[in-house]
Amino acid sequence: MNLWKRLICTCRRRSPWLFHMNSGSCNGCDIELVAALSPRYDAEQLGVRLEGSPRHADIVCVTGPVTRNAVAAIKTVYGQVCHPKAVVAIGSCPATTNVFIDSRTLAGPLDKHIPVDVFVPGCPPRPDAIIQGVAKAAEILAEREMKPAETELPPTVEEARP
Amino acid sequence: MSYKIPMGPYHPGLEEPYKLEMICEGETVQDAKLHIGFNFRGIERLAETRNYIQVIALMERVCGICSNIHTLTLCQAMEQLTGLEPPPRAKYIRVAMAELERLHSHVLWAGIASKLMGFKTMFMTCFALREKVMDVLQAISGNRVNYAMNRIGGVNRDIEDPQALVPMVDELEREMMRTIIPIFTTSATARSRCAGIGILTHEKAVSCGVVGPTARASGVAQDLRRAAPYAAYAEMEFETPVEQAGDVRARLFVRALEIMESCRILRQALSKMPPGEIDAGEAKLVFTSGTATSRVEAPRGEVMYSVSWKENSRNPSRVHVRTPTYANMPAIRWMVRGARLADTPLIQASIDPCYSCTDR
Repeated sequence: MNLWKRLICTCRRRSPWLFHMNSGSCNGCDIELVAALSPRYDAEQLGVRLEGSPRHADIVCVTGPVTRNAVAAIKTVYGQVCHPKAVVAIGSCPATTNVFIDSRTLAGPLDKHIPVDVFVPGCPPRPDAIIQGVAKAAEILAEREMKPAETELPPTVEEARP
Repeated sequence: MSYKIPMGPYHPGLEEPYKLEMICEGETVQDAKLHIGFNFRGIERLAETRNYIQVIALMERVCGICSNIHTLTLCQAMEQLTGLEPPPRAKYIRVAMAELERLHSHVLWAGIASKLMGFKTMFMTCFALREKVMDVLQAISGNRVNYAMNRIGGVNRDIEDPQALVPMVDELEREMMRTIIPIFTTSATARSRCAGIGILTHEKAVSCGVVGPTARASGVAQDLRRAAPYAAYAEMEFETPVEQAGDVRARLFVRALEIMESCRILRQALSKMPPGEIDAGEAKLVFTSGTATSRVEAPRGEVMYSVSWKENSRNPSRVHVRTPTYANMPAIRWMVRGARLADTPLIQASIDPCYSCTDR
């Protein structure tokens, strides 16, 4: 590994930008994610920043049990994030669909649709746990930097439709 | 020539997935259409397949911000069907939880509103203060979001030493008085972004049937805690703040004053809490056939549950929920008409929308 690449890896690990995606969540995990960025928990000390555009982001944080209406958007957004990227599933909903299991309007769990790197369990997880999950994803991100970029094009709107 | 600007469903200005389609003439919004349904999890259908214990846990997850209100309303409706009456101490604990939830919800809203104003410092201040409310909630229930406090005929956990929580409430009130309220009421930034925008007139507020702080900011003095007291609200002394202006600033004022009133109710509930049992202690619940409705004043307005039950059944045959955002949503259209495009995120956030409640 040359020096330049190692520097890039460190930079990736130290400044992961998040894109937050609500796939039908109850807002519980979403407010805990925002609370993790607030002064008490201060995720910004890890270089974490919430970003409005998926094209600027490194880590996609998905909350919610993945409703049918959200599937197409999740695939599109995942395709729009540049390589290397990591996905953090916040809460029990994206992992197992939680109490909403058996609902016919859900298309979850999340890993049926996009690859997930870190699961943060809890309903909702505490902000500390979310920060730990994001820090873990940042390490995965730095390792992934070393691998060659996948030749994967973002799905078109027609492809992404369920 | 007018053109259409879609906003959402995944947009940095929106906290939740929904879509706002605006028809604009230059910078001015002429009309807006709201599309919801991205959060539809089919909870009402799921509730019919859950028994009376499971349905409480399910309904708690309708909304992560007002989770206690949903279980409170559901439990009140189920108490009507079982004929159980919660003991006085349980009612006081319910009031304390409801007011703490209102506090954290209003402070959260203030944070999000200031973020949309572009006032990032205020956002951080609000969230730092909100953590103090969360501390009290955590001291009582052990949880930060889904408190699991209500059960049929009472509450699950006791507040062992209510007096010990009073200093925490005092500190909360002091912080509110010292930072949040002066900044929102006197700061030029807040005033220039909020005054005179998103006006909902009294007539329109009445004809749209808006509820909660949105209605009270347009001069409609309605508050279920006063009009139809539930839990122990009949024994509390408090004011209902009402503003006449109907703009975003009035909604901000109403919520700021409600924060102070919540502190007042909370102090009364904690200091007057009667001793005794915290639940009716019924081992076996017997439901009668019929439909029971229950209404509660949530932080955003009126929540109504209508629960139908068939005798000898473990599951409800229907749980219907009416959420405050459902009532407030149509008013957005009248608020954004004639507004500048840049103000629309703040205007639509000023009703404190919760689309995960509305879609369910």
